[in-house]
Amino acid sequence: MLEFDVRCRVGSFALDAAFATGGGVTALFGRSGAGKSTVLNLIAGLARPQSGRITVEKRTLYDSASGIELPPHARRIGYVFQEGRLLPHLTVRHNLLYGNFFNKKKNHVVGFDQAIELLGIGHLLERRPGQLSGGEKQRVAIGRALLANPEVLLLDEPLASLDAPRKAEILYYVERLRDEVRIPIVYVSHSLDEVVRLADSVVLLSDGRVLGTGDVREMMSRVELRPYLGRHEGGAVIAARVSGQDLESGLARLEFSGGALEIPDVEALPGEQVRIRVRARDVSIALARPTGLSIRNVLAGTVVELAGDEGSSLDVRLDLHGTALLARITRKSASELGLRPGLPVFALIKAVSIDRRSVGYA
Amino acid sequence: MWSLSPAETTALLLSLKVAFWSVAASLPVAVALAWVLSRLSFPGKSLLDAVVHLPLVLPPVVVGYFLLLAFGRRGPIGAFLEEYLGIALIFRWTGAALACAVMGLPLLVRAVRQSLDAVDRGLEAAAATLGAPPLWVFASVTLPLILPGILTGMLLSFARSLGEFGATITFVSNIPGETQTLPLAIYAFTQVPGGDAQALRLCILSIVLSLAALMASEVLVRRATVRAAGRDA
Repeated sequence: MLEFDVRCRVGSFALDAAFATGGGVTALFGRSGAGKSTVLNLIAGLARPQSGRITVEKRTLYDSASGIELPPHARRIGYVFQEGRLLPHLTVRHNLLYGNFFNKKKNHVVGFDQAIELLGIGHLLERRPGQLSGGEKQRVAIGRALLANPEVLLLDEPLASLDAPRKAEILYYVERLRDEVRIPIVYVSHSLDEVVRLADSVVLLSDGRVLGTGDVREMMSRVELRPYLGRHEGGAVIAARVSGQDLESGLARLEFSGGALEIPDVEALPGEQVRIRVRARDVSIALARPTGLSIRNVLAGTVVELAGDEGSSLDVRLDLHGTALLARITRKSASELGLRPGLPVFALIKAVSIDRRSVGYA
Repeated sequence: MWSLSPAETTALLLSLKVAFWSVAASLPVAVALAWVLSRLSFPGKSLLDAVVHLPLVLPPVVVGYFLLLAFGRRGPIGAFLEEYLGIALIFRWTGAALACAVMGLPLLVRAVRQSLDAVDRGLEAAAATLGAPPLWVFASVTLPLILPGILTGMLLSFARSLGEFGATITFVSNIPGETQTLPLAIYAFTQVPGGDAQALRLCILSIVLSLAALMASEVLVRRATVRAAGRDA
């Protein structure tokens, strides 16, 4: 449990943000310059606030009212930096054990053997950081932070400097971390893919202020946050269960409260839970169930609200029997169809519009 | 022809002793000064920087004369040291080491400061988040990373000490076996008729010594640089 409520001014940038996180993965999401990294530095004690309060698991790290300000080394915050920051003069083994030396007596988050197994870095132990690939460096950096027995793990865009295959590699390990190690994680990202795949909850930051916090699915379906969540990539997140894989067609069948979806290339076994981001621009709306159509997914629902700025298009929030879905359509279509809250409609989703990157494994 | 006379051996060993102790004594001071100049900002910082660099630009005889004023028997520091601690510097090899330390200090400070400026502060911050208190961070992160700079500085100041003449002869005079280092011995030989051959022998000895020190430090610096860069040593 991390509680953050801080005001801070650095040059012309002002941060005034308050949020609380529970267990699991909390994504700090926002554009570059929104203040995401500043928040992490404030939590870790690498930047100084003007006023406010930061607590972790009831332990006060900073409180301007009572004059408490713990130095970074006493905070027990595991920090995985964007660029890894491994100590170049030490071997991987000694990098991993560095923090452990100062925190031997604290509760163990993971043991040494468990950490190297979890992150797949056993074969790297005697190497030096200069001999590691970008992905390997990040895995070692995560292991090093964990082995210092922190109470919270901060990940600052750990994928930012990696190419696509390396990103997938690290995402896999972060997912294992989330599922196998009981430690709250704050994950900074400006990639919706990563957020949707990993996060349980989202804190949306813009210009140093918190625009909204909440469960990842709820946040993704809030129309008023759409401009901040990426107009082109944004869309609702659906939690579904794999009910079957048709090997012949290559399509997986996913069931959720609003019905069933057929999607290609889902690497999951029947029974597994997945979450799928359906981009708003890939969803069409029909008043009657269409026939003679290539679109495989036709789902019945009702219009909840319409929202949009002055542009030519707007966002329609649909309710599919308890699951929210966003559709981005032109303003003209909306008025020609006569869309209004409460109207029963059908949502049309092309199966091929959902790619591998939009699927996360819960 | 190739063996050293007892007088030559004495001068050589004294030179090495003086150079070694001048580097050893000035190293902690130089690292502290370099750290202050690299990491802190305070009023008067550029003045401190200038004072540290003075021996580089002043005539050595001026430095020697000020050392004489300050550390001589009647000097404020010299009188104190002799009366309360029983330490005499003037006309002693320890005084020669002090003169060499002062003359070599700017070279040492410069080299250490340059490598301190180049240290990625993010690495120190990372070590702090892992639970390392500031002194530990310095010892386990900063110091290993600036080791190449420290070695370079040590070599420069060692070489400066081997060649130091003006401040030494002004401060502690030219006493064989006590303060007569190689350059002073060479000078002494050039001042007596028929001493040219002897002076030349000592000149060659100086060259050999300097070359050996340069090459040894080159190897050490290369090794330390590779280590600090994270490739295998």
